[in-house]
Amino acid sequence: MMLRVLFLSLCLLSSGAFASSAREAALAADPVAEKRLQGLSKELRCLVCQNETIADSNAELAVDLRREIRGMIADGRSDSEILDFMVTRYGDFVLYRPPVKGVTLLLWGGPVALLLLGLFLLVSYLRRRARRLAEADQPLSADDAKRAEALLKELEPK
Amino acid sequence: MNRYYWILGAFAALVVLLAVGLGLNPRDIPSPLVGKPVPAFKLAVLATPDKTFSPEDLRGKPWLLNVWASWCVSCRQEHPILVEFSKKVDVPLIGLNYKEVRGDGGFDMNKLPPEEESRLALQRANGWLRDHGDPYRLTAMDIDGRVGIDFGVYGVPETYVIDKDGIIRMKHTGPITPDVLAKKIMPLLAELAK
Repeated sequence: MMLRVLFLSLCLLSSGAFASSAREAALAADPVAEKRLQGLSKELRCLVCQNETIADSNAELAVDLRREIRGMIADGRSDSEILDFMVTRYGDFVLYRPPVKGVTLLLWGGPVALLLLGLFLLVSYLRRRARRLAEADQPLSADDAKRAEALLKELEPK
Repeated sequence: MNRYYWILGAFAALVVLLAVGLGLNPRDIPSPLVGKPVPAFKLAVLATPDKTFSPEDLRGKPWLLNVWASWCVSCRQEHPILVEFSKKVDVPLIGLNYKEVRGDGGFDMNKLPPEEESRLALQRANGWLRDHGDPYRLTAMDIDGRVGIDFGVYGVPETYVIDKDGIIRMKHTGPITPDVLAKKIMPLLAELAK
């Protein structure tokens, strides 16, 4: 337990240290450009540590790409030009919000399709259950009543 | 009873899905460069730093570009395969040394002047090829990694197969295994040689 707490706090401390050094570097230049850099790098995935944005990652490649973006901003390129630059090199995977098209259809539509399937299954189950319960509520038919009575009689101690 | 088969079936489907997922390589991201012309560049050659190499120099024949660095651990793993390849196959294998010094992480780049970085990069790359064998027709030095960005390099080693028209036909990320060489690269080279 103690060890775990120690480990966690170390992780927190070190990530804090990284964040502050990145921020210092970011504050160094023109604030408007930095804001655009921040916005753009939040849209871009770091391909080395795949679940981090380029803004969050401290991987070498993320540092390089931030430098490239900074350079392109300084060259007066637009946001969409910069994103295009990344996509032509690293593919749609580099975008945290990939475009909707053939190959990404399952990615975008999958969750909705699963939700609809779940809803459909739930509704059909509930309907079936309601029907079963309604059937069970019916009084016994004359034949069944007679059989039940006969069976009960068999059980009775003689 | 029927219902339990249904649940069992769903569970089995999930197991299959996850098993397939585990077998996939998450680093294997389809490169948008496949089918596109090889990015143009001009870089100093390791053996003769006063000369440069450009992909244009190899127009007219298929060739391989292998991205490596001395700090790259997986490069060591694939290197013997490349050395063997270069002895047997007459297809130019070009090395692209990627961020030899600044990629290492052991240097404070703020304190290292550019001339010093270039000198160190040549020294380290030459040393590594001396120790492990040199399968490359030549190695181009991408010291700051800018050419690597044009190639969409994100995990060294990477290997590109380029056809005689200068179109990238295949990209492999990660070390080349005998399997990848035999099943992917060699058949493609045979096709390109036609």
